[in-house]
Amino acid sequence: MSLPGEFAHQIAARVRAREVSAGEVVRSALDRIALRNGELNCFTSVLAAQAIDDAARLDQMIADGLDPGPLTGVPFGVKDLFDVAGVVTLAGSKILADKEPARRDAPLVRRMRAAGAVLVGCQNMDEFAYGFTGENAHYGATRNPHDPARVAGGSSSGSAAAVAANLTPLSLGSDTNGSIRVPSSFCGIFGLKPTFGRLPRTGSFPFVHDLDHVGPFARCTADLALGYDVLQGHDPGDPACAMRPVEPASSELDQGIAGLRAGVLGEWFTEGASPEALEAVERVASAFGSAIRVVLPEARRARAAAFCITCASGAELHQDRLRSRPQDFDPATRDRFYAGTLLPATVVAKAQRLRRWFAGSARTMFERVDILLAPCTPAVAPLIGQKTMFLGDTEVPARPNIGIYTQPISFIGLPVVAVPVWTSGSLPIGVQVIAPPWQEVRALRVAAHLERVGIISATRPA
Amino acid sequence: MSQDAALPASPEADAVPAEFRAGVAAQLAALREQARLVEEFPLPDELEPAAVFLP
Repeated sequence: MSLPGEFAHQIAARVRAREVSAGEVVRSALDRIALRNGELNCFTSVLAAQAIDDAARLDQMIADGLDPGPLTGVPFGVKDLFDVAGVVTLAGSKILADKEPARRDAPLVRRMRAAGAVLVGCQNMDEFAYGFTGENAHYGATRNPHDPARVAGGSSSGSAAAVAANLTPLSLGSDTNGSIRVPSSFCGIFGLKPTFGRLPRTGSFPFVHDLDHVGPFARCTADLALGYDVLQGHDPGDPACAMRPVEPASSELDQGIAGLRAGVLGEWFTEGASPEALEAVERVASAFGSAIRVVLPEARRARAAAFCITCASGAELHQDRLRSRPQDFDPATRDRFYAGTLLPATVVAKAQRLRRWFAGSARTMFERVDILLAPCTPAVAPLIGQKTMFLGDTEVPARPNIGIYTQPISFIGLPVVAVPVWTSGSLPIGVQVIAPPWQEVRALRVAAHLERVGIISATRPA
Repeated sequence: MSQDAALPASPEADAVPAEFRAGVAAQLAALREQARLVEEFPLPDELEPAAVFLP
């Protein structure tokens, strides 16, 4: 069978209908990984034997007349910060390689497997999730499937690149400041960063406890929604996980966008944007006919506050490791963590109050509009090793500035679907479809509509 | 002023190994720029922080 080009929902339907076996699907995915991972460097470990065993178990269930679930036979990978039983959770680091293997799967991994999905491996990332490029000093850079000379984006680099390269139709990543949305943008795929507290982070290695989100990547909205539906539900292991009922998205995707008011974010979210980024947002906005221009005040300071909280909280988390094994950090990560130890506590306390203020501004904004639109990244994927980039006419360091449009949004926990647009250039770029808190379904509905009318796609237009 | 001199005199800064001080100073300069944007913004005294705490 041919896996490339097939979506998760199609694979699951075919396996459940006995048109193809889970074993065939999984072996096809493993073949693809064997063929391309040497070049792209998406996976830090491939769990071939376990995946083949899992597929055989699913095929036996189907032969016995049982239904393994909505993701039956769908291969998936996870960012290497999710616990997977029997595998050391590296979080992109050398330091954690000395740890014992995880004893059990993270709840989200369990939920995927319980729905019939087959885990095929753990995926490369920036060290400790602190980066936007996917360049890892220990395990190498993940390469962009659309141009291997370019970065895949980070920090969930391997998860995004694997989906973009058709190695698996679904994967799981995390997003603290943009780590799902940035690689979605550079790799030209769909990514969902849910509302803060929607999905449990239990069993995932933390970065910044009060900013960390987890979510899925896919090549179409239907798969993104399918994965999201399977992942939802409270887990007591995550103190920030909300006690909310499951709100299914898959059944709502045909609702369209009639009646929705869209606002295109200006000022901070357009200053410095490349022509491709601006064109992508305009194309998405065109679907709404009468999208208005809006300004989220002080987004620059919100980004600054997220920057400070991230640096200080990350530093606190890793302080013992900085003392005992500083030479074993990725230099790019280490120097920022050290800097975080030197930030006055008053700045972090003020940043947390600014966060409350900024969230209030966003709430007010959502009285005027139902959806906000902004670029995911200022430009398309930079080259591997590229140190600087341009924001307008200003040359700035690339690594910290790739996430300037994502940071203010995750700072206040809003749900976002990153959608892929192919502009006049040869590379994709993403647009953030931003909804009010707990309105993931609304953002997914918009993405589904944009996909139906041909404005967004994970496939390069012919 | 050298980059090394940009590290403040404090026990935390003294803990930074000599070979990493230049890189840390560069990162600290960028961090201070962001911190300034936060510090200079006026907020009402009664505004509470947004940190997550569940007793």
